[in-house]
Amino acid sequence: MRDRIAILGLVLLAACAAYLSIGARGDWGFVLAFRGQKLAGLLLVALAMSWATLVFQTITANRILTPSIMGFDALYLLLLSALVWGLGAQTYRAMPAQGLMAANVFLLCGAALALFGALLRSGRDDLMRLILTGVVLSVLFRSVTAYLQRVIDPNEYAVIQAASFARFSAIEVDVLGLSVVLTLLACGALWHIRHRLDVLALGPLLSTSLGEAPARGQWHVLILVSVLVSVSTALVGPVTFFGLLVTSLTYQVMNAPRHALLLPTAALIGGIILVGGQTVMERLLGLATPLSVVVEFLGGLVFLALLLRRQR
Amino acid sequence: MIDIEGVSYRIGGQDILRDVSLQMGPGGVIALVGPNGAGKSTLLSLIARLNALQSGRITVNGLPVGQVADDRLARELAILPQDLTVTIRLTVRDLVGFGRYPYHKGRPSEADDALVTQALGNFDLQDLADRVLETLSGGQRQRAFVAMAYAQDTAYLLLDEPLNNLDIAASRALMARLRALAIEKGRTVVIVLHDINYAAAYADRIIALKGGMVIADGAPKQIVTEGLLRDVFETDAKVFRVDDRSVVLV
Ligand SMILES: Nc1ncnc2c1ncn2[C@@H]1O[C@H](COP(=O)(O)OP(=O)(O)OP(=O)(O)O)[C@@H](O)[C@H]1O
Ligand SMILES: [Mg+2]
Repeated sequence: MRDRIAILGLVLLAACAAYLSIGARGDWGFVLAFRGQKLAGLLLVALAMSWATLVFQTITANRILTPSIMGFDALYLLLLSALVWGLGAQTYRAMPAQGLMAANVFLLCGAALALFGALLRSGRDDLMRLILTGVVLSVLFRSVTAYLQRVIDPNEYAVIQAASFARFSAIEVDVLGLSVVLTLLACGALWHIRHRLDVLALGPLLSTSLGEAPARGQWHVLILVSVLVSVSTALVGPVTFFGLLVTSLTYQVMNAPRHALLLPTAALIGGIILVGGQTVMERLLGLATPLSVVVEFLGGLVFLALLLRRQR
Repeated sequence: MIDIEGVSYRIGGQDILRDVSLQMGPGGVIALVGPNGAGKSTLLSLIARLNALQSGRITVNGLPVGQVADDRLARELAILPQDLTVTIRLTVRDLVGFGRYPYHKGRPSEADDALVTQALGNFDLQDLADRVLETLSGGQRQRAFVAMAYAQDTAYLLLDEPLNNLDIAASRALMARLRALAIEKGRTVVIVLHDINYAAAYADRIIALKGGMVIADGAPKQIVTEGLLRDVFETDAKVFRVDDRSVVLV
């Protein structure tokens, strides 16, 4: 099992090297600094989304639901729009990007706990109901966001619009610093409770009888998932099925029920998909197709396959 | 001792348990019987804090259920719930290994591994140890879950219909193993059974539940009668005595 992680690590290193070097011309120092920043952003998003999805599936004891499918990132965009709308044009322009992001992370944590905490407790036995609720919530969040965007100033609209679409090629580098800090804090906390996560994945009955009541763990994990989703959405916009693609590959590669192995595997696979995919799309295919389209397409297929397999 | 005092439980305005008071153990095999829907599983889930108490009080070895830390109780009491499913891919050894979690919290020692191997052996699971749960037959999977609860190595063991899906050899072997646990190690085993003959043969005490109330409680010899079957199960089965044991003719 450990050598699989080592192999994935080497593949990711190769992908990073290719991303930095292919097609580089002119001043190497400048190229590396420029591309290095974007690479860091991609790796950060890969880490945040893959861990957020993996542990979300752990605490809900299922392998189909993800934070994105439940509408976490749609909620993030709604809160962002509401913030811009509430603050008004001048204040918004005056606020530093990092401050805006911090406020948003805070809001999302609260909203996600209030909304999804209750939802997951009451409806966790009925997966189809949860999925439907998630779909309905996402649509609701998106339409309110669209409405808010319409009633606000066109100048601000442009700012929010940029955040509303997935884009791996244009990472928001001005919030990179804060993103690094938040991601490392959240991931550190998740790594710290990796053994507890192993037990929580067994479902509420078994984990309670083994002394890990799900209610307590769920609380912590929902907050950390909210932080990670915020970071990822702030950096590259909403990506619905990327997390699902990563976790289903992770469970294929790593069959051990231990988060000490699952977490690194998911992070590496996420990194390989994003950095490798972006290298191919940006450097070799000249950005003809955005990576987000390919990732969403593949992830969507995985989602359908998982749903249909459950039906049988 | 498991001390249950005035426990009532309602779901949606319907009484599931009505003012149940019982003392169980220390030591012995106690069979819980009763018709479908009598509240047996509900009672076990309350003792094992799988559902929160609504009224009344339960202590396990003096520890108040619902107040004592979850992991403390996990070293005192293990439960095998009815109809368990696990959504993740687990091998039998992984599953049984989780039984040791309350002690090692994710870092198993050699002693923990030895106990897991012993539990696998006790329930005849050595050959299946590396198989994934979902590839097992119903009875094999049931044995794996029992082995997990057994590996938890607690003074109190609650088993909800562990004989489900087990063939006669596995059923008798399991009941004999539970008796041995009670006699040799002084453990208290509370077991929900539907087959009264197994209860009569292996239990020290039978508690009959109906409509959320205890309506009979005592040694198998006194309890297992045609009258009881009529009162509790509303069925007319004959009861004979064979080898000083009550046998229900089904
Ligand atoms: N979640 C629930 N919602 C509504 N009613 C419930 C719920 N859980 C249990 N009940 C009801 O509580 C009663 C007792 O259920 P319980 O599972 O304790 O019975 P049981 O004695 O274990 O039965 P069985 O022998 O079938 O396992 C039943 O009438 C059942 O319908
Ligand atoms: Mg039951």
